[in-house]
Amino acid sequence: MVLPTNLKHVATAAELTELINSESNVMVCCGRMGPMCIPVYGIMEELQDEYTHVAFRDMMFDSPEASAIRNLPECRSFMGLPFTVYFKDGKVAAASSSIQNRQQITTILDRSFGNA
Amino acid sequence: MEAKHYDSIIIGAGPAGLTAGIYLSRAKAKVLILDSGVAGGQMILTHEVANYPGFESISGYELSNNMRKQAKNFGCDIMSGISIETIDFESDKKSLSLSGGKRFTSDTIILATGGRSRNLGVAGEDNFKGRGISYCATCDGDFFTGRKIAVVGGGNSAMEEAVSLTKYATKVTLIHQFDHFQAFQHAQDEVKANPKIEVKLSSKITSFNGDEKLESVTVENLLTHENYEIALDGVFIFIGYEANTDFLQGRCIALNDGQEIITDANMQTNIPGVFAAGDAIAKRYRQITLAVAEGTIAALNAMEYINKHKSTVSQPVY
Repeated sequence: MVLPTNLKHVATAAELTELINSESNVMVCCGRMGPMCIPVYGIMEELQDEYTHVAFRDMMFDSPEASAIRNLPECRSFMGLPFTVYFKDGKVAAASSSIQNRQQITTILDRSFGNA
Repeated sequence: MEAKHYDSIIIGAGPAGLTAGIYLSRAKAKVLILDSGVAGGQMILTHEVANYPGFESISGYELSNNMRKQAKNFGCDIMSGISIETIDFESDKKSLSLSGGKRFTSDTIILATGGRSRNLGVAGEDNFKGRGISYCATCDGDFFTGRKIAVVGGGNSAMEEAVSLTKYATKVTLIHQFDHFQAFQHAQDEVKANPKIEVKLSSKITSFNGDEKLESVTVENLLTHENYEIALDGVFIFIGYEANTDFLQGRCIALNDGQEIITDANMQTNIPGVFAAGDAIAKRYRQITLAVAEGTIAALNAMEYINKHKSTVSQPVY
C-alpha cells in the first residue's frame, strides 16, 4: 500500500530499515492524502532538487507496516497527521507532527543534515 | 543583479493564478507565477472535488498537479516557496524583489494570493499543534477516541465538525466568542440535540496549557471576565478563512474591511495594470470554479492592458 504522491514511497518496515541504514539523511512523511499531509508532500517534492543529500520518502499512515514510524518513542505525544521523521545515520534526528510550512521543514533539514 | 522582465507576474499559484497563467502564456505572453507555498493553493488540500465540471470526482491534489503541468507546458515560469521582499505596483513598469535578491519587472501583476484558515493567535497554539491542537477533524479525529476535546468556532464548519467529532470523543465542549452562532439553523439544531456536546457562548480560550502535549485550556467568560480551566486532550479550531493580503496592507491596493482586495467586474484593482482573482478578492462565494473564472477574466484583461501598452506581444488565441 503506497500513497498516490510524486514522491518515492516506503511500503514496509523492512524497506524503512534498509533505507535508513543505507542513506545517511532520510526524511519520511507518514500520513494520508488529507489537507494536513498534502502540503508537506508538495514541499518535499520541491525540496528534492535542492537537498540532493537527503532521501525524501512518504509512507501510508494506515498501513500496519507504518507502526515502524507510529510507534517510535519520538512520536508518542503526536496527535496530528502527518508524522514526519528525520533519520541521521539510522537514528531519529528530529520528528514533527501535523502540517509544517517550507521554512519549518528547511530549518529542521538544515539543523539535522546540514545546509543544501 | 539585473531584473528579468515579464509581461505579467502572477502572485499565487492556486486555481485562479494557474488559470491566469494558462491563458496568458497560451497567448504568448511571458509569465512568471510566484507562490509562497506549493502550487495548488487551498485546492490541493481538498480530498475530493466532485463539483468541477468535466470530472465526476478528482482529488484536489491531482487537479492541482494537472493545472500546474498545463501552465508549465504553455511556458509559464513557476517559482514556489518564495518570499516577496519589496514590491512596486504604481509605476508603469511594476517591479518586485524576493528574499535572496532575485528581482523581476512586469507590465501587469495579477494578485491571486488566496486565503488560509484562521489561527486563534493564543499563547501555546504553535507549541501544541499536532500535540492536541488540530485544524482538521477528518485527519486527526481518531487520535481523540475516548477523550475530551473542545471545538472553537460558531460557523457551519465548527458545528458540523463538533457533531462529527462526537463519534470519537466522550465529550465535546463547543466554545464561541459571541452570544449566538452564525451557522445555519439545521446545524445548530444538530449540536443542541447531541448529548455529548456542551456549549459555552461568550467565551474564548486565553491559553493552551500542558507539558509534552495539551492538557488543558484556560477559558475567559467574556460577560463576567471570569477565567477558568478545562482539562482536555484536544482542541479543534474552525474559525473561518482570511485572505492572504498581509503584504498588501498599508500599500496602495484598495482592500475592504475584511482585508480582501476590491476589484471591478474586469478583476481590475484600483491600480492600473494590477488585477486580482480568487479567494483573496472581496466576494461572497469561494469555489474552485469561481477562482478559475476570475483567473480567466483577469488574464484576458491583463492581456488587453499589455497589448495597449506594448505592440510586440501577439494577440491572444482562444
